[in-house]
Amino acid sequence: MKLKLHSKMYSLLLMAMAGPTGHVIAEEFPTAKVNTTGLAVTDTTVTVGQLHSITGTMAISETGSVEAERLAIEQINAMGGVLGRQIKIVQEDGASDWPTFAEKSKKLITQDKVACVFGCWTSASRKAVLPIFEKENNMLYYPTFYEGLEDSKNVIYTGQEATQQIIYGLDWAYENLGARTFYLIGSDYIWPRTSMKIARAHIERYLKKKDPKCKVVGEEYYPLGHTNFGTLINKVKLKKPDLMFTAVVGGSNVAWYKQLKAAGVTSKKYDMLTISTTEDEVLGIGGVNCEGFYSSMKYFQSIDTAENKAFVKAFKARWGDDSVIGDVTQAAYLGPWLWKKTVEKAGSFDIDKIAAASGGIEFKDAPEGFVRIHDTNHHLWSKSKIGKFLKNGQFEIISTSSELIEPNPYPKGYQ
Amino acid sequence: MFDEYTFEELKAILIMQSFGGLSLLCIYVLMGLGLYVVFGQMKVINMAHAEFLVIGSYTMCLASKFVIEVMPEFINYYLWVAIPLAFVVAFIVGWIIEWILISRLYHRPLDTLLATWGLSLIMQQCFRTFIGAREMSATLPEWLMGSWAPTDIIDIPINGLVILATTIILTVGLVFFTNKTRWGLRMRSTSQNRQMSQALGINTKVTDRFTFALACGISGIGGAFLTTVVSTSPTAGTTYIVDSFLVLVLGGLGSLFGLVISGGFLALLSSILEFFMSGSVAKVWLYLIIFVVLAKFTKGLFSSNIRS
Repeated sequence: MKLKLHSKMYSLLLMAMAGPTGHVIAEEFPTAKVNTTGLAVTDTTVTVGQLHSITGTMAISETGSVEAERLAIEQINAMGGVLGRQIKIVQEDGASDWPTFAEKSKKLITQDKVACVFGCWTSASRKAVLPIFEKENNMLYYPTFYEGLEDSKNVIYTGQEATQQIIYGLDWAYENLGARTFYLIGSDYIWPRTSMKIARAHIERYLKKKDPKCKVVGEEYYPLGHTNFGTLINKVKLKKPDLMFTAVVGGSNVAWYKQLKAAGVTSKKYDMLTISTTEDEVLGIGGVNCEGFYSSMKYFQSIDTAENKAFVKAFKARWGDDSVIGDVTQAAYLGPWLWKKTVEKAGSFDIDKIAAASGGIEFKDAPEGFVRIHDTNHHLWSKSKIGKFLKNGQFEIISTSSELIEPNPYPKGYQ
Repeated sequence: MFDEYTFEELKAILIMQSFGGLSLLCIYVLMGLGLYVVFGQMKVINMAHAEFLVIGSYTMCLASKFVIEVMPEFINYYLWVAIPLAFVVAFIVGWIIEWILISRLYHRPLDTLLATWGLSLIMQQCFRTFIGAREMSATLPEWLMGSWAPTDIIDIPINGLVILATTIILTVGLVFFTNKTRWGLRMRSTSQNRQMSQALGINTKVTDRFTFALACGISGIGGAFLTTVVSTSPTAGTTYIVDSFLVLVLGGLGSLFGLVISGGFLALLSSILEFFMSGSVAKVWLYLIIFVVLAKFTKGLFSSNIRS
């Protein structure tokens, strides 16, 4: 019964979204013209790949991205598809295993001849498939916020790179929380380490100029899956930083917040700004355990715009009322839309033409608000936001950057 | 490095660090206890041990979910039902698994290793399929999640106190059970001389089944308490299993006293190391030291004489 209701509501929504927009007719774009490189494009369909972990440890995180991409593709199909062609999906499972990601991406590109791939989540999986996308010349739409230091012709990065998230967050904490001393804490792998390097450089080179009292009082990394933070919490208590700046991920996250609460380190006495905890993670942590701390992201489910409300409604109608939407899920939703806009601008599915046409592509009605692909690197201009954790697992948006923040994957002065 | 801090502050940190170490000891013991019973009494290496911890955690999570939806006014008390329930569920699953799988493999220790590892994979997939791939957390009563602050700077986690009490009760209870009760006597005699026990009229098959199920039940309780510290996911067991074996092997495989001492040794070491260096580096040193200790004491700190 519940299911029936969902699908009914969902199709109504789809119809509403498809609305009066004129359908592009495939005949205007003959296949021979829009596809000169042998991709899987016919007169009525175009095939794309989807490559996430459906099994293994990363399945928990990647499920939201899979769902968001599917939703976007279904909505695009309901509006008439891309250049009059319905999108078909070939889905492969990366199985949380990086060589499998590489193998499956090769299969998608060389056997299925997909027109592009929406996929990957961890930096490790992206690094594993990158050489294949570059060699076979295909396009990856990658949704996760990540460490930067990369810019490929064959990847569109729909999440934020490190500087967009970190610098805005630290400046905000400096201005609004009066943060002068910082304790940097992360899980031990490439993303937190690179992020903290940028954070340290920003504190020591830029914030220090404004107020010489600014300094990093501690910087620590714990192995992935580490679950005992008692000692670290005591060190934090001893050094009394104005701000804990954290990038703890996965199962460790839950242990971290629970133990903070149990040790009396709550938002009443301490401030914390995280760049790793979204609504998705809060499901596992429990809202009461992180209430009052802050998160620096470009998207929160609670964004109060008509576009976002429509997106949240459609997502819940499609995937169930219990679903929550975190930053990465929304970024994954952008992928198919940006690809559609790029293909329409280029008037072609050819990878080289898409790569060339990507710069300057705009998505005005994105759930997070206006975004634009950068003219020279393949990242998005986006607005950073600060959210405050609420008890119910959602965020109250405290601050939004006034301007779009330029993506800067190779930040000078931060290396 | 301590110049900038007052004596009061350092004293407070020392107290909190000591208590943190004590809690860690308890967690190590809770993790290792079930493994110790199965190995110590039955000489079975149970690679699926951690999954029984996870069963306990899931029981706790699902119980809290049920209470919140059906009778939210009991949220402060449901613990006292959920913990015995975790024991019962893990006990029953253990009973069934011993009957179907383990009982057929007693004379083939290496096959047991492989079979229980396979079992752990099956159980992980069952959690994923029937409960869901997402991480879960038990909603705990407010009083359990707070801290007790005797002075301004000292905070003692209340869940740590509860875990401490549970560990003491479980350990003492287990010693009492094995040494002072009929069932305990049967367990010990079966583990010392199976044929003689059979000749004396002890049903060793049922004893084995009971021992295995008991160990699983104890792990269930351990798992239920782990939810106060960490979250639960289908693969949570993979992180517990290493620590469980570490504490058991270091303690000398099958000595309860050794288990507690090695738990204390590990807790002390990691508390000190982590305090003076960053987390990952501390971990490297921890394993290096364990390596040296095991190279010196090849049978662990306290080796037992059971079935030598």
